[in-house]
Amino acid sequence: MEPALQAPSVSKRLLRRIRSFWGHFSAQGKEIWTAYKEGDAKTRASFVVMGFGNLARGQLLKGLFYLVFEIGFFLFQILFGARYLKDLATLGTNQQGRVWDEAAQIYRRVLGDNSMLILLFSVVTLATIVPFVVIWRANIKSALLAQKQVEKGVKLNTFWQDCKTLLDGRFHITLLSLPMLTLTLFTVLPIIFMVLIAFTNFDKTHQPPGNLFTWVGVHNIADVFWGSAVKSRTFFGIFGWTMVWAVLATFSNYILGMILALIINKKGIRLKKMWRTLFVVTIAIPQFVSLMLVSRMLTDTGIVNVILQKIGLISSPIPFLTETGLARASVVIVNLWVGIPFTMLMTTGILMNIPADLYESASIDGAGPVRSFFSITLPYMLFITTPYLITTFVGNINNFNVIYLISAGNPLSLDYFQGGKTDLLVTWLYKLTVNEQNYSLASTIGIFIFLIVASISLVVYNLTGSTRKEDQFQ
Amino acid sequence: MKMGMKARGRTANTAIYIFLTLLAVIWLLPIAWLVISSLRLEKGAYTPYVLPKGYTLSNFTRLFTERDLFDIPRWYVNTLIVALASGTITTLLVLMVAYTYSRLRFKSRKALMNLSLVLGMFPGFMSMIAIYHILKAMGFDKSLASLIIVYSGGAALVYYVAKGFFDTIPKSLDEAAMIDGATRNLVFWKIILPSSRPIVVYTAMTSFIAPWLDFIFASVILKDNYQNYTIAVGLFRMIERENIYNYYTRFCAAAILVAVPIMLLFIKMQKYYVSGVTGGAVKG
Repeated sequence: MEPALQAPSVSKRLLRRIRSFWGHFSAQGKEIWTAYKEGDAKTRASFVVMGFGNLARGQLLKGLFYLVFEIGFFLFQILFGARYLKDLATLGTNQQGRVWDEAAQIYRRVLGDNSMLILLFSVVTLATIVPFVVIWRANIKSALLAQKQVEKGVKLNTFWQDCKTLLDGRFHITLLSLPMLTLTLFTVLPIIFMVLIAFTNFDKTHQPPGNLFTWVGVHNIADVFWGSAVKSRTFFGIFGWTMVWAVLATFSNYILGMILALIINKKGIRLKKMWRTLFVVTIAIPQFVSLMLVSRMLTDTGIVNVILQKIGLISSPIPFLTETGLARASVVIVNLWVGIPFTMLMTTGILMNIPADLYESASIDGAGPVRSFFSITLPYMLFITTPYLITTFVGNINNFNVIYLISAGNPLSLDYFQGGKTDLLVTWLYKLTVNEQNYSLASTIGIFIFLIVASISLVVYNLTGSTRKEDQFQ
Repeated sequence: MKMGMKARGRTANTAIYIFLTLLAVIWLLPIAWLVISSLRLEKGAYTPYVLPKGYTLSNFTRLFTERDLFDIPRWYVNTLIVALASGTITTLLVLMVAYTYSRLRFKSRKALMNLSLVLGMFPGFMSMIAIYHILKAMGFDKSLASLIIVYSGGAALVYYVAKGFFDTIPKSLDEAAMIDGATRNLVFWKIILPSSRPIVVYTAMTSFIAPWLDFIFASVILKDNYQNYTIAVGLFRMIERENIYNYYTRFCAAAILVAVPIMLLFIKMQKYYVSGVTGGAVKG
C-alpha cells in the first residue's frame, strides 16, 4: 500500500476510463456509418424519416412508434424549445417594466423575459436531444436488422414478440426506464442547470421575473478564489473549518463509539441489550427535534446555564453558541451525542468477530486493555471499515443537520460574507440560497463541494478496489 | 489468587456499571427535558428554573382542538400519506435498479453505475430551485404529489446497498431457473425478491422515515401552502421567532407524537438497519 506505487496506477486507470469513454463514442459512430453503407434505400430513408424501414417491411406498430416519437420530438422543439433556446445566449433582453397607457391614463405592467425559465427550459430542451439520438440510433439498427432478415428470408418479429423481450433479453430497459426518467428530471437536469448558474450573475439584485440576469463567465469562480477579498476570506475560512470539523467529527465518534461498544460487549456485563437500546433511542428521535432542543438548552437562558448558575458554578452564562471557540467545541461535542450511539450500533457486530485468541495472546504478553485497543482493535477495525469511514467522512463534510440545527452556523462574523464561524460549506451554501438568493455564488460553492467529495471518493475507491470485486461472490 | 482476580473483576464491572449509568443519563437528559417541557403548564421557551411550576396534558390535547393556525393532525396525515407512497415507490425503484445492475449485463451498465456515483456527490439542495420550477412547469407545485415525486425521484442513486446484497445471492439460482425457462422478469419476482427480506425492509424503512425528518425540501416545495405541510415543516414554523413563546410547549408535545412511532419502528427494525448500513459500506 505504498502511496508512491499506487498514485500512478490511479491516474492510469482514470486515463484508461476516459479513453474507453471516447472509444465507446467512436464505435457508435462507426456502427451508424456501416448501417448507412450496408443499408438499402428503405433503410437509408430511416435516417430521415424514423421508422420508415420498419413500416416499409410490414412492422407497422414498431415503425409507427418511431415515427410518432420523431414527430413529437420536433413538435416539442418547435412549439416549446425554440421559444427559450433563441434567448439562451443572452438569457433575455426585455426587462419587465411599466408602460404608460395613454387611453386608460395608467401605467401597465409589461412582462419581460424570465432569465431563469429561459435557462432552465433551454437545458430541458437540449437534454431531450440525448434520448432522441438514442432512439434514432435504435431506429436505424432496427431498420437494418429488418432489411437483413428479409434478405435472408427470416420471418420478422411481430410487435408482440418484441414486447416480450422487454421481460427477458431487454429486461434492463423495462426496469431502468422509470428510475432513469425521474433521475434525469429531478437530479440530472437540476444539476446541469445549477452548474450553469455558477457562470451567471443570478443574485439578489438580479432576480427574475423583475430583473434579468446574464452570463458572466468565470467571474464567480474568480471571486471566490482571489477576486473579492471578503468572499475568498469567507470561502477559505469556512473550507478550513469544514475539513477540521470533518476530521474531528468522524474520528471522535468512530473511536469513542467503538470504545462504548467494547465496554458493553465486555464479558460479565449484564443487560447488554438494554444498554444498547438506551443509547440507540437517541438515534431514533428525529434530529430536527433533538438537535433543536439541545441548541435551546445551550443558549444563555437555556437550561444548562440555568442549572450551572443555580448550583453556583458560574455567575454569568457561558456563551456556548455565541463565542467562536466555544461554539466550535459545542458542535463537536453535541455531535458526539448524535454519533457515538450510531458507531456503537454499527460496530458492535463487527467487534464481536475479532478473533478472541488475538486478545488472549496479547494479554499473555502483558498488554493492558488500552494497549490491545490500539494495537489490535483499532487496526483491525480500520482495515475492515475503511469504506464506512469514507462514507462517514464525506457525510460529515456535508453534515447540514448538526450544524444548522445547533448553531445555525453562528456566531456571525463581520469578516465573513453572509457566513458564520461554525458554518460548513454546505450550510453556507444553504444560507446563500435561502436567505440571500445569491444562487450564482451558491452554485459555485456547490461545484467546489462536489470536486472535494468526488476527488476523495475517487482516490479511495480506487485504492480499496472494493468496486472491482463485485463478482467475487457470484 | 483466583478469588483476588474475581474480586478485581467485580470492582471493574461495578465501575463500568456506574460509568454506563452516568453516560445513559447524559444521553437521555435531552429526551427527559423534552418530555418535561411538553407537560409544562407555563408558556415560553425558557424558564429561569428547572422543574415546571405546574403540569398539564393540555399541550397534547390542544394540538387536536386548536387547529386553525397549526393543524397538526392534518399535517400528520399528510406526512403519513407521503411516507407510505414514497416508501413504496422508492423501495420498488431501488430494487429494480439494484437488480438490473447486479444481474443484467448490457452495454451502458458500467457507465450508468459510475454516473450515478458521481451524481450522488453533488450537494442535494444546490438544485432545489430548479426542482421547484420543473415541478411547477409540470403543474405539481406545492402539492403532496410533488413531495412524493421528489422523495422517490433519486431512487436510482441509492441502489448501492441493495445491489451489494443481491450480489451475494448465488447466481446459480437464477441460472437454474432460466434453464427451466423462467424469464428474467420471473427471476426477479420469484427468486431475488423473496430472498431479500432484510434489504427490502431496510429500504422501505429508510424511505418511509425520510419524509418525517425532512424540512428543507418540503419547505422549499410547499412554500406557503399550509394545507399540504408535512409535520416537520409545521413543527419548524411553530418555533419561529414570532411563535416560539406561545407554542414552545406544544412544539414539544407534537415532537413527542412524531418521535414515538419513529423510535418504536427504528428499535424494532434495528437489526435490518445495521445489516443495511454495514452491508453496503463494510468489506467483510
